[in-house]
Amino acid sequence: MADMHRTRQARDRFNFLWEWANPVKFMWFSGKALPWLIGLTVLTMAVSLIWGFFFTPEAVNFGSSVKIIYVHVPTATVAISAWFMMLAASLIWLIRRHHVSALAARAAAPVGMVMTLAALATGAIWGQPMWGTWWAWDPRLTSFLILFLFYLGYMALWAAIENPDTAADLTSVLAVVGSVFAFLSRYAVNFWNQGLHQGATLSLDKEENIADSYWIPLVIGIVGFMLFFVTLVFIRTRTEIRLRRVHALELRERMKDA
Amino acid sequence: MPELGKYASAVLSSWAVTLGLIAALIALTWVQSRKAKRTLDEIEARRAGGGS
Amino acid sequence: MIALLARDMRLAIRAGGGFGLGLAFFLIVSTLVPFAVGPEGAVLARIAPGILWVGALLACLLSLDRIFQLDFEDGSLDLLATAPIPMEGTVAVKALAHWITTGLPLVVAAPVFGALMNMPEPGYWWIFVTLLIGTPALSMIGAFGAALTVGLKRGGLLLSLLVLPLYIPTLIFGAEAATRGIGGFDNTTPLLMLAGITAASVALLPFAASAAIRINLR
Repeated sequence: MADMHRTRQARDRFNFLWEWANPVKFMWFSGKALPWLIGLTVLTMAVSLIWGFFFTPEAVNFGSSVKIIYVHVPTATVAISAWFMMLAASLIWLIRRHHVSALAARAAAPVGMVMTLAALATGAIWGQPMWGTWWAWDPRLTSFLILFLFYLGYMALWAAIENPDTAADLTSVLAVVGSVFAFLSRYAVNFWNQGLHQGATLSLDKEENIADSYWIPLVIGIVGFMLFFVTLVFIRTRTEIRLRRVHALELRERMKDA
Repeated sequence: MPELGKYASAVLSSWAVTLGLIAALIALTWVQSRKAKRTLDEIEARRAGGGS
Repeated sequence: MIALLARDMRLAIRAGGGFGLGLAFFLIVSTLVPFAVGPEGAVLARIAPGILWVGALLACLLSLDRIFQLDFEDGSLDLLATAPIPMEGTVAVKALAHWITTGLPLVVAAPVFGALMNMPEPGYWWIFVTLLIGTPALSMIGAFGAALTVGLKRGGLLLSLLVLPLYIPTLIFGAEAATRGIGGFDNTTPLLMLAGITAASVALLPFAASAAIRINLR
Protein backbone atom coordinates (compact mmCIF):
# COMPACT_ATOMS: atom_id res chain seq x y z
CA MET A 1 0.00 0.00 0.00
CA ALA A 2 3.06 2.20 0.28
CA ASP A 3 3.08 2.94 -3.42
CA MET A 4 -0.60 3.86 -3.32
CA HIS A 5 0.22 6.42 -0.70
CA ARG A 6 3.07 7.72 -2.80
CA THR A 7 0.78 7.98 -5.82
CA ARG A 8 -1.66 10.02 -3.81
CA GLN A 9 1.08 12.36 -2.65
CA ALA A 10 2.31 12.85 -6.18
CA ARG A 11 -1.20 13.42 -7.37
CA ASP A 12 -1.72 16.14 -4.81
CA ARG A 13 1.43 17.87 -5.88
CA PHE A 14 0.58 17.84 -9.59
CA ASN A 15 -3.10 18.27 -9.08
CA PHE A 16 -3.54 20.85 -11.79
CA LEU A 17 -2.15 18.44 -14.38
CA TRP A 18 -3.95 15.31 -13.36
CA GLU A 19 -7.37 16.78 -12.79
CA TRP A 20 -8.10 15.79 -16.33
CA ALA A 21 -7.86 12.19 -15.29
CA ASN A 22 -10.77 12.50 -12.92
CA PRO A 23 -13.80 11.02 -14.72
CA VAL A 24 -16.16 13.78 -13.55
CA LYS A 25 -13.75 16.47 -14.65
CA PHE A 26 -13.22 14.68 -17.92
CA MET A 27 -16.95 14.45 -18.58
CA TRP A 28 -17.31 18.16 -17.86
CA PHE A 29 -14.37 19.19 -19.98
CA SER A 30 -15.09 16.89 -22.91
CA GLY A 31 -18.74 17.94 -22.87
CA LYS A 32 -17.65 21.56 -23.23
CA ALA A 33 -15.01 20.83 -25.85
CA LEU A 34 -16.95 18.43 -28.06
CA PRO A 35 -19.11 20.92 -30.01
CA TRP A 36 -15.98 22.91 -30.93
CA LEU A 37 -14.07 19.77 -31.79
CA ILE A 38 -16.84 18.44 -33.98
CA GLY A 39 -17.13 21.80 -35.78
CA LEU A 40 -13.41 22.04 -36.41
CA THR A 41 -13.22 18.43 -37.55
CA VAL A 42 -16.05 18.81 -40.04
CA LEU A 43 -14.55 22.03 -41.34
CA THR A 44 -10.98 20.80 -41.86
CA MET A 45 -12.01 17.43 -43.24
CA ALA A 46 -14.48 18.98 -45.65
CA VAL A 47 -11.95 21.55 -46.86
CA SER A 48 -9.19 19.00 -47.43
CA LEU A 49 -11.40 16.36 -49.01
CA ILE A 50 -13.18 18.74 -51.35
CA TRP A 51 -9.96 20.53 -52.25
CA GLY A 52 -8.14 17.26 -52.71
CA PHE A 53 -10.84 15.70 -54.83
CA PHE A 54 -11.95 18.59 -57.03
CA PHE A 55 -9.19 21.14 -57.20
CA THR A 56 -5.88 19.32 -57.43
CA PRO A 57 -4.17 18.95 -60.81
CA GLU A 58 -3.20 15.61 -62.24
CA ALA A 59 0.38 14.53 -61.63
CA VAL A 60 2.68 13.80 -64.55
CA ASN A 61 3.36 10.16 -63.79
CA PHE A 62 0.42 9.27 -61.64
CA GLY A 63 -2.48 10.92 -63.44
CA SER A 64 -5.53 11.37 -61.26
CA SER A 65 -4.44 8.50 -59.01
CA VAL A 66 -2.53 11.10 -57.02
CA LYS A 67 -5.86 12.07 -55.46
CA ILE A 68 -5.80 8.84 -53.47
CA ILE A 69 -3.19 10.29 -51.15
CA TYR A 70 -5.85 12.56 -49.62
CA VAL A 71 -7.47 9.53 -48.07
CA HIS A 72 -4.42 7.28 -47.86
CA VAL A 73 -1.86 9.43 -46.07
CA PRO A 74 -4.15 10.93 -43.38
CA THR A 75 -5.63 7.55 -42.48
CA ALA A 76 -2.15 6.04 -42.30
CA THR A 77 -0.92 8.88 -40.09
CA VAL A 78 -3.83 8.47 -37.71
CA ALA A 79 -3.39 4.68 -37.69
CA ILE A 80 0.16 5.05 -36.35
CA SER A 81 -0.60 7.99 -34.04
CA ALA A 82 -3.50 6.08 -32.52
CA TRP A 83 -1.16 3.29 -31.47
CA PHE A 84 1.25 5.78 -29.88
CA MET A 85 -1.63 7.41 -28.05
CA MET A 86 -2.74 3.99 -26.79
CA LEU A 87 0.80 3.24 -25.64
CA ALA A 88 0.99 6.53 -23.74
CA ALA A 89 -2.46 6.03 -22.21
CA SER A 90 -1.55 2.47 -21.20
CA LEU A 91 1.64 3.64 -19.52
CA ILE A 92 -0.26 6.34 -17.65
CA TRP A 93 -2.76 3.73 -16.49
CA LEU A 94 -0.05 1.30 -15.38
CA ILE A 95 1.94 3.94 -13.52
CA ARG A 96 -0.72 6.29 -12.15
CA ARG A 97 -3.92 4.21 -12.24
CA HIS A 98 -6.13 6.84 -13.84
CA HIS A 99 -9.24 5.14 -15.10
CA VAL A 100 -9.91 7.68 -17.83
CA SER A 101 -6.55 6.85 -19.31
CA ALA A 102 -7.29 3.13 -19.58
CA LEU A 103 -10.72 3.83 -21.01
CA ALA A 104 -9.30 6.28 -23.55
CA ALA A 105 -6.86 3.61 -24.73
CA ARG A 106 -9.76 1.22 -25.14
CA ALA A 107 -11.79 3.87 -26.95
CA ALA A 108 -8.97 4.61 -29.38
CA ALA A 109 -8.37 1.03 -30.52
CA PRO A 110 -11.34 0.59 -32.89
CA VAL A 111 -10.67 3.99 -34.45
CA GLY A 112 -7.03 3.07 -35.02
CA MET A 113 -8.00 -0.29 -36.43
CA VAL A 114 -10.47 1.17 -38.92
CA MET A 115 -7.88 3.75 -39.99
CA THR A 116 -5.32 0.99 -40.50
CA LEU A 117 -7.85 -0.91 -42.58
CA ALA A 118 -8.61 2.20 -44.66
CA ALA A 119 -4.90 2.85 -45.22
CA LEU A 120 -4.38 -0.78 -46.26
CA ALA A 121 -7.36 -0.77 -48.60
CA THR A 122 -6.46 2.52 -50.27
CA GLY A 123 -2.84 1.38 -50.52
CA ALA A 124 -3.94 -1.79 -52.27
CA ILE A 125 -6.26 0.11 -54.61
CA TRP A 126 -3.40 2.49 -55.44
CA GLY A 127 -1.07 -0.44 -55.98
CA GLN A 128 -3.36 -2.11 -58.52
CA PRO A 129 -2.86 0.39 -61.38
CA MET A 130 0.63 1.46 -60.24
CA TRP A 131 2.33 -1.86 -59.58
CA GLY A 132 -0.12 -4.05 -61.48
CA THR A 133 -0.98 -5.98 -58.33
CA TRP A 134 -3.32 -5.51 -55.39
CA TRP A 135 -0.82 -6.60 -52.86
CA ALA A 136 2.94 -6.27 -52.88
CA TRP A 137 4.96 -7.27 -49.86
CA ASP A 138 6.27 -3.76 -49.72
CA PRO A 139 7.77 -2.99 -46.30
CA ARG A 140 5.23 -0.30 -45.54
CA LEU A 141 2.19 -2.29 -46.55
CA THR A 142 3.51 -5.25 -44.60
CA SER A 143 4.12 -3.14 -41.51
CA PHE A 144 0.56 -1.92 -41.67
CA LEU A 145 -0.71 -5.46 -41.93
CA ILE A 146 1.24 -6.27 -38.77
CA LEU A 147 -0.13 -3.15 -37.09
CA PHE A 148 -3.62 -4.32 -38.01
CA LEU A 149 -2.94 -7.66 -36.33
CA PHE A 150 -1.80 -5.84 -33.20
CA TYR A 151 -5.02 -3.83 -33.11
CA LEU A 152 -7.05 -7.01 -33.55
CA GLY A 153 -5.27 -8.79 -30.71
CA TYR A 154 -5.52 -5.77 -28.43
CA MET A 155 -9.25 -5.39 -28.97
CA ALA A 156 -9.85 -9.13 -28.66
CA LEU A 157 -8.07 -9.14 -25.30
CA TRP A 158 -10.21 -6.23 -24.06
CA ALA A 159 -13.34 -8.03 -25.16
CA ALA A 160 -12.37 -11.36 -23.63
CA ILE A 161 -11.82 -10.31 -20.01
CA GLU A 162 -14.80 -9.56 -17.82
CA ASN A 163 -13.27 -7.69 -14.90
CA PRO A 164 -12.65 -4.17 -16.25
CA ASP A 165 -9.58 -3.42 -14.15
CA THR A 166 -7.94 -6.74 -15.00
CA ALA A 167 -8.69 -6.10 -18.66
CA ALA A 168 -7.18 -2.62 -18.45
CA ASP A 169 -4.04 -3.98 -16.79
CA LEU A 170 -3.52 -6.85 -19.20
CA THR A 171 -4.20 -4.84 -22.34
CA SER A 172 -1.78 -2.18 -21.10
CA VAL A 173 0.95 -4.77 -20.62
CA LEU A 174 0.17 -6.06 -24.10
CA ALA A 175 0.32 -2.55 -25.55
CA VAL A 176 3.74 -1.95 -24.02
CA VAL A 177 5.25 -5.28 -25.08
CA GLY A 178 3.46 -5.12 -28.41
CA SER A 179 4.93 -1.68 -29.14
CA VAL A 180 8.44 -3.04 -28.73
CA PHE A 181 7.67 -5.88 -31.10
CA ALA A 182 5.87 -3.62 -33.55
CA PHE A 183 8.97 -1.44 -33.66
CA LEU A 184 11.13 -4.51 -34.16
CA SER A 185 8.84 -5.78 -36.90
CA ARG A 186 9.19 -2.52 -38.78
CA TYR A 187 12.95 -3.02 -39.01
CA ALA A 188 12.68 -6.74 -39.58
CA VAL A 189 10.30 -6.17 -42.48
CA ASN A 190 12.56 -3.55 -44.06
CA PHE A 191 15.48 -5.91 -43.79
CA TRP A 192 13.53 -8.90 -45.07
CA ASN A 193 12.23 -7.20 -48.17
CA GLN A 194 15.62 -5.83 -49.17
CA GLY A 195 17.12 -9.22 -48.53
CA LEU A 196 14.77 -11.17 -50.75
CA HIS A 197 13.89 -8.96 -53.70
CA GLN A 198 16.63 -6.49 -54.21
CA GLY A 199 15.39 -3.39 -55.96
CA ALA A 200 12.22 -5.06 -57.16
CA THR A 201 9.89 -2.87 -55.12
CA LEU A 202 8.61 0.48 -56.19
CA SER A 203 9.01 3.26 -53.73
CA LEU A 204 5.93 4.35 -51.85
CA ASP A 205 7.63 7.60 -50.90
CA LYS A 206 5.09 9.90 -52.39
CA GLU A 207 5.83 12.49 -49.74
CA GLU A 208 9.35 13.05 -50.92
CA ASN A 209 8.54 14.32 -54.37
CA ILE A 210 5.37 16.17 -53.77
CA ALA A 211 4.67 19.69 -54.97
CA ASP A 212 3.09 22.51 -52.98
CA SER A 213 -0.24 22.36 -54.76
CA TYR A 214 -0.69 18.85 -53.39
CA TRP A 215 0.99 19.51 -50.10
CA ILE A 216 -1.33 22.14 -48.62
CA PRO A 217 -4.62 20.21 -48.85
CA LEU A 218 -2.75 17.13 -47.64
CA VAL A 219 -1.56 18.90 -44.49
CA ILE A 220 -5.07 20.18 -43.85
CA GLY A 221 -6.29 16.63 -44.36
CA ILE A 222 -3.84 15.20 -41.83
CA VAL A 223 -4.91 17.84 -39.31
CA GLY A 224 -8.55 17.09 -40.08
CA PHE A 225 -8.19 13.34 -39.62
CA MET A 226 -6.28 13.89 -36.39
CA LEU A 227 -9.09 16.08 -35.11
CA PHE A 228 -11.53 13.41 -36.23
CA PHE A 229 -9.58 10.88 -34.19
CA VAL A 230 -9.55 13.11 -31.10
CA THR A 231 -13.28 13.80 -31.43
CA LEU A 232 -14.16 10.13 -31.75
CA VAL A 233 -11.89 9.17 -28.87
CA PHE A 234 -13.56 11.81 -26.69
CA ILE A 235 -17.03 10.54 -27.56
CA ARG A 236 -16.03 6.91 -27.14
CA THR A 237 -14.29 7.59 -23.84
CA ARG A 238 -17.44 9.30 -22.59
CA THR A 239 -19.37 6.20 -23.62
CA GLU A 240 -16.90 3.96 -21.80
CA ILE A 241 -17.15 6.09 -18.63
CA ARG A 242 -20.94 5.91 -18.75
CA LEU A 243 -20.83 2.15 -19.28
CA ARG A 244 -18.47 1.79 -16.36
CA ARG A 245 -20.86 3.76 -14.19
CA VAL A 246 -23.76 1.60 -15.39
CA HIS A 247 -21.73 -1.46 -14.46
CA ALA A 248 -21.00 -0.10 -10.99
CA LEU A 249 -24.61 0.91 -10.33
CA GLU A 250 -25.97 -2.43 -11.51
CA LEU A 251 -23.53 -4.17 -9.22
CA ARG A 252 -24.70 -2.06 -6.31
CA GLU A 253 -28.36 -2.79 -7.06
CA ARG A 254 -27.70 -6.50 -7.24
CA MET A 255 -25.85 -6.35 -3.93
CA LYS A 256 -28.83 -4.64 -2.35
CA ASP A 257 -31.27 -7.21 -3.74
CA ALA A 258 -29.25 -10.10 -2.48
CA MET B 1 -16.95 16.23 -61.22
CA PRO B 2 -13.31 16.42 -62.25
CA GLU B 3 -11.98 14.37 -65.14
CA LEU B 4 -10.32 11.33 -63.58
CA GLY B 5 -9.13 9.59 -66.71
CA LYS B 6 -8.01 6.00 -66.60
CA TYR B 7 -7.62 5.97 -62.83
CA ALA B 8 -11.26 6.88 -62.20
CA SER B 9 -12.21 3.52 -60.73
CA ALA B 10 -9.17 3.43 -58.44
CA VAL B 11 -9.69 6.95 -57.13
CA LEU B 12 -13.43 6.58 -56.68
CA SER B 13 -13.23 3.17 -55.01
CA SER B 14 -10.54 4.23 -52.57
CA TRP B 15 -12.56 7.29 -51.59
CA ALA B 16 -15.68 5.18 -51.30
CA VAL B 17 -13.90 2.65 -49.07
CA THR B 18 -12.47 5.33 -46.79
CA LEU B 19 -15.64 7.35 -46.50
CA GLY B 20 -17.64 4.17 -45.97
CA LEU B 21 -15.36 3.03 -43.17
CA ILE B 22 -15.46 6.45 -41.55
CA ALA B 23 -19.26 6.54 -41.80
CA ALA B 24 -19.47 3.08 -40.24
CA LEU B 25 -17.18 4.18 -37.43
CA ILE B 26 -19.23 7.29 -36.76
CA ALA B 27 -22.46 5.29 -36.83
CA LEU B 28 -21.06 2.69 -34.44
CA THR B 29 -19.76 5.34 -32.06
CA TRP B 30 -23.05 7.19 -32.16
CA VAL B 31 -25.17 4.12 -31.54
CA GLN B 32 -22.97 2.98 -28.68
CA SER B 33 -22.96 6.44 -27.15
CA ARG B 34 -26.75 6.73 -27.35
CA LYS B 35 -27.24 3.29 -25.87
CA ALA B 36 -24.87 3.95 -22.97
CA LYS B 37 -26.49 7.29 -22.25
CA ARG B 38 -29.97 5.77 -22.27
CA THR B 39 -29.04 2.89 -19.99
CA LEU B 40 -27.34 5.22 -17.54
CA ASP B 41 -30.31 7.62 -17.53
CA GLU B 42 -32.69 4.73 -16.88
CA ILE B 43 -30.69 3.46 -13.95
CA GLU B 44 -30.23 6.88 -12.42
CA ALA B 45 -33.95 7.60 -12.80
CA ARG B 46 -34.72 4.30 -11.13
CA ARG B 47 -32.36 5.13 -8.29
CA ALA B 48 -33.81 8.59 -7.85
CA GLY B 49 -37.43 7.45 -8.19
CA GLY B 50 -37.07 4.12 -6.47
CA GLY B 51 -36.79 5.88 -3.16
CA SER B 52 -33.90 3.77 -1.97
CA MET C 1 13.85 -24.32 -9.43
CA ILE C 2 15.31 -27.53 -10.76
CA ALA C 3 12.57 -29.41 -8.97
CA LEU C 4 10.02 -27.18 -10.67
CA LEU C 5 11.63 -27.78 -14.05
CA ALA C 6 11.61 -31.54 -13.52
CA ARG C 7 7.99 -31.42 -12.38
CA ASP C 8 6.87 -29.37 -15.37
CA MET C 9 8.60 -31.69 -17.78
CA ARG C 10 7.12 -34.76 -16.13
CA LEU C 11 3.68 -33.19 -16.39
CA ALA C 12 4.18 -32.27 -20.02
CA ILE C 13 5.24 -35.79 -20.91
CA ARG C 14 2.45 -37.38 -18.94
CA ALA C 15 -0.15 -35.07 -20.44
CA GLY C 16 0.59 -36.83 -23.70
CA GLY C 17 1.44 -33.70 -25.63
CA GLY C 18 5.00 -32.86 -24.87
CA PHE C 19 7.50 -34.36 -27.20
CA GLY C 20 4.98 -36.12 -29.42
CA LEU C 21 2.50 -33.45 -30.43
CA GLY C 22 4.92 -30.85 -31.71
CA LEU C 23 6.95 -33.40 -33.62
CA ALA C 24 3.85 -34.96 -35.14
CA PHE C 25 2.69 -31.55 -36.29
CA PHE C 26 6.12 -30.84 -37.74
CA LEU C 27 6.00 -34.16 -39.59
CA ILE C 28 2.54 -33.38 -40.95
CA VAL C 29 3.62 -29.99 -42.28
CA SER C 30 6.80 -31.19 -43.95
CA THR C 31 5.18 -34.21 -45.58
CA LEU C 32 2.06 -32.39 -46.75
CA VAL C 33 3.85 -29.42 -48.30
CA PRO C 34 5.62 -31.47 -51.02
CA PHE C 35 2.30 -33.05 -51.95
CA ALA C 36 0.74 -29.62 -52.29
CA VAL C 37 3.65 -27.90 -54.02
CA GLY C 38 4.84 -30.74 -56.23
CA PRO C 39 7.83 -33.05 -56.08
CA GLU C 40 10.19 -30.76 -57.95
CA GLY C 41 13.42 -30.76 -55.98
CA ALA C 42 14.59 -27.23 -56.77
CA VAL C 43 11.32 -25.64 -55.67
CA LEU C 44 11.21 -27.63 -52.45
CA ALA C 45 14.82 -26.81 -51.63
CA ARG C 46 14.07 -23.14 -52.22
CA ILE C 47 11.13 -23.00 -49.82
CA ALA C 48 12.35 -25.61 -47.31
CA PRO C 49 13.85 -23.26 -44.69
CA GLY C 50 10.70 -21.11 -44.68
CA ILE C 51 8.39 -24.11 -44.41
CA LEU C 52 10.45 -25.64 -41.62
CA TRP C 53 10.44 -22.37 -39.71
CA VAL C 54 6.68 -21.92 -40.11
CA GLY C 55 6.18 -25.55 -39.09
CA ALA C 56 8.28 -25.09 -35.96
CA LEU C 57 6.44 -21.89 -35.10
CA LEU C 58 3.01 -23.48 -35.47
CA ALA C 59 4.04 -26.60 -33.58
CA CYS C 60 5.21 -24.32 -30.79
CA LEU C 61 1.95 -22.37 -30.88
CA LEU C 62 -0.06 -25.58 -30.47
CA SER C 63 1.22 -26.33 -27.01
CA LEU C 64 1.43 -22.81 -25.58
CA ASP C 65 -1.79 -22.78 -23.60
CA ARG C 66 -0.53 -25.71 -21.54
CA ILE C 67 2.29 -23.64 -20.04
CA PHE C 68 0.17 -22.15 -17.26
CA GLN C 69 -3.37 -23.42 -17.80
CA LEU C 70 -3.20 -26.64 -15.77
CA ASP C 71 -1.38 -24.98 -12.90
CA PHE C 72 -3.89 -22.16 -12.91
CA GLU C 73 -6.84 -24.52 -12.79
CA ASP C 74 -5.63 -26.70 -9.94
CA GLY C 75 -4.37 -23.73 -7.94
CA SER C 76 -0.69 -24.57 -7.97
CA LEU C 77 -0.03 -21.25 -9.69
CA ASP C 78 -1.31 -19.49 -6.56
CA LEU C 79 1.11 -21.58 -4.52
CA LEU C 80 3.96 -20.75 -6.87
CA ALA C 81 3.09 -17.07 -6.60
CA THR C 82 3.57 -17.17 -2.84
CA ALA C 83 6.60 -19.48 -3.04
CA PRO C 84 10.07 -18.14 -2.19
CA ILE C 85 11.07 -18.28 -5.87
CA PRO C 86 10.24 -14.96 -7.54
CA MET C 87 7.46 -15.18 -10.10
CA GLU C 88 9.88 -14.13 -12.83
CA GLY C 89 11.96 -17.23 -12.10
CA THR C 90 8.91 -19.46 -12.21
CA VAL C 91 7.88 -18.04 -15.56
CA ALA C 92 11.38 -18.48 -16.99
CA VAL C 93 11.55 -22.06 -15.76
CA LYS C 94 8.16 -22.85 -17.24
CA ALA C 95 9.19 -21.36 -20.57
CA LEU C 96 12.37 -23.42 -20.40
CA ALA C 97 10.36 -26.57 -19.74
CA HIS C 98 8.17 -25.75 -22.72
CA TRP C 99 11.26 -25.25 -24.85
CA ILE C 100 12.83 -28.55 -23.78
CA THR C 101 9.63 -30.49 -24.46
CA THR C 102 8.60 -28.72 -27.67
CA GLY C 103 11.39 -26.60 -29.10
CA LEU C 104 14.37 -28.88 -28.58
CA PRO C 105 12.84 -31.96 -30.29
CA LEU C 106 11.97 -29.75 -33.26
CA VAL C 107 15.53 -28.44 -33.44
CA VAL C 108 16.96 -31.95 -33.40
CA ALA C 109 14.45 -33.29 -35.90
CA ALA C 110 14.60 -30.33 -38.29
CA PRO C 111 17.62 -31.57 -40.32
CA VAL C 112 15.82 -34.86 -40.96
CA PHE C 113 12.78 -33.07 -42.26
CA GLY C 114 15.14 -30.83 -44.20
CA ALA C 115 16.35 -33.93 -46.00
CA LEU C 116 12.74 -34.81 -46.78
CA MET C 117 12.36 -31.39 -48.33
CA ASN C 118 15.34 -31.90 -50.58
CA MET C 119 17.45 -29.36 -48.80
CA PRO C 120 21.09 -29.07 -49.90
CA GLU C 121 23.84 -30.26 -47.57
CA PRO C 122 24.72 -27.04 -45.67
CA GLY C 123 21.03 -26.54 -45.05
CA TYR C 124 20.95 -29.23 -42.35
CA TRP C 125 23.47 -27.28 -40.36
CA TRP C 126 21.86 -23.88 -40.84
CA ILE C 127 18.30 -24.94 -40.10
CA PHE C 128 19.60 -26.62 -36.94
CA VAL C 129 21.55 -23.53 -35.84
CA THR C 130 18.83 -20.97 -36.58
CA LEU C 131 16.13 -23.02 -34.90
CA LEU C 132 18.41 -23.63 -31.92
CA ILE C 133 18.94 -19.89 -31.53
CA GLY C 134 15.38 -18.88 -32.36
CA THR C 135 13.07 -21.37 -30.65
CA PRO C 136 13.83 -20.18 -27.08
CA ALA C 137 12.43 -16.80 -28.12
CA LEU C 138 9.32 -18.55 -29.46
CA SER C 139 8.81 -20.32 -26.13
CA MET C 140 9.39 -17.18 -24.09
CA ILE C 141 7.11 -14.97 -26.20
CA GLY C 142 4.55 -17.74 -26.08
CA ALA C 143 4.82 -17.88 -22.30
CA PHE C 144 4.06 -14.16 -22.21
CA GLY C 145 0.98 -14.67 -24.37
CA ALA C 146 -0.09 -17.63 -22.21
CA ALA C 147 0.34 -15.48 -19.10
CA LEU C 148 -1.96 -12.82 -20.56
CA THR C 149 -4.72 -15.31 -21.32
CA VAL C 150 -4.31 -17.63 -18.34
CA GLY C 151 -7.51 -16.51 -16.63
CA LEU C 152 -9.72 -17.16 -19.64
CA LYS C 153 -11.83 -20.24 -20.18
CA ARG C 154 -11.29 -20.46 -23.91
CA GLY C 155 -8.06 -18.59 -24.38
CA GLY C 156 -6.66 -20.75 -27.19
CA LEU C 157 -7.78 -18.76 -30.19
CA LEU C 158 -7.10 -15.44 -28.49
CA LEU C 159 -3.65 -16.66 -27.50
CA SER C 160 -2.79 -17.44 -31.12
CA LEU C 161 -4.06 -14.05 -32.24
CA LEU C 162 -1.99 -12.25 -29.60
CA VAL C 163 1.18 -14.23 -30.22
CA LEU C 164 1.02 -14.17 -34.03
CA PRO C 165 2.26 -10.59 -34.53
CA LEU C 166 4.82 -11.00 -31.74
CA TYR C 167 6.37 -13.95 -33.58
CA ILE C 168 6.91 -12.08 -36.85
CA PRO C 169 10.38 -10.59 -36.18
CA THR C 170 11.73 -13.92 -34.93
CA LEU C 171 10.33 -15.70 -37.97
CA ILE C 172 11.71 -13.15 -40.40
CA PHE C 173 15.24 -13.17 -39.02
CA GLY C 174 15.27 -16.92 -38.43
CA ALA C 175 14.11 -17.90 -41.88
CA GLU C 176 16.27 -15.21 -43.47
CA ALA C 177 19.38 -16.42 -41.68
CA ALA C 178 18.69 -20.00 -42.75
CA THR C 179 17.96 -19.06 -46.37
CA ARG C 180 21.07 -16.94 -46.68
CA GLY C 181 23.24 -19.54 -45.00
CA ILE C 182 22.02 -22.22 -47.41
CA GLY C 183 22.57 -19.96 -50.39
CA GLY C 184 26.13 -19.40 -49.27
CA PHE C 185 25.63 -15.71 -48.50
CA ASP C 186 26.75 -13.79 -45.49
CA ASN C 187 24.09 -14.20 -42.80
CA THR C 188 25.81 -12.58 -39.83
CA THR C 189 23.27 -9.75 -39.52
CA PRO C 190 20.09 -11.86 -39.34
CA LEU C 191 21.83 -14.36 -37.06
CA LEU C 192 22.88 -11.60 -34.70
CA MET C 193 19.39 -10.07 -34.78
CA LEU C 194 17.87 -13.48 -34.08
CA ALA C 195 20.23 -14.03 -31.16
CA GLY C 196 19.45 -10.51 -29.95
CA ILE C 197 15.71 -11.16 -30.00
CA THR C 198 16.16 -14.40 -28.09
CA ALA C 199 18.46 -12.81 -25.51
CA ALA C 200 16.19 -9.81 -25.02
CA SER C 201 13.06 -11.97 -24.81
CA VAL C 202 14.59 -14.29 -22.24
CA ALA C 203 15.93 -11.36 -20.23
CA LEU C 204 12.90 -9.04 -20.29
CA LEU C 205 9.72 -10.96 -21.04
CA PRO C 206 9.71 -12.91 -17.74
CA PHE C 207 9.02 -9.59 -16.03
CA ALA C 208 6.11 -8.75 -18.32
CA ALA C 209 4.75 -12.29 -18.12
CA SER C 210 4.92 -12.45 -14.34
CA ALA C 211 3.23 -9.06 -14.12
CA ALA C 212 0.43 -10.46 -16.28
CA ILE C 213 0.14 -13.55 -14.07
CA ARG C 214 -0.02 -11.48 -10.90
CA ILE C 215 -2.82 -9.42 -12.46
CA ASN C 216 -4.66 -12.58 -13.40
CA LEU C 217 -4.29 -14.08 -9.94
CA ARG C 218 -5.62 -10.99 -8.21
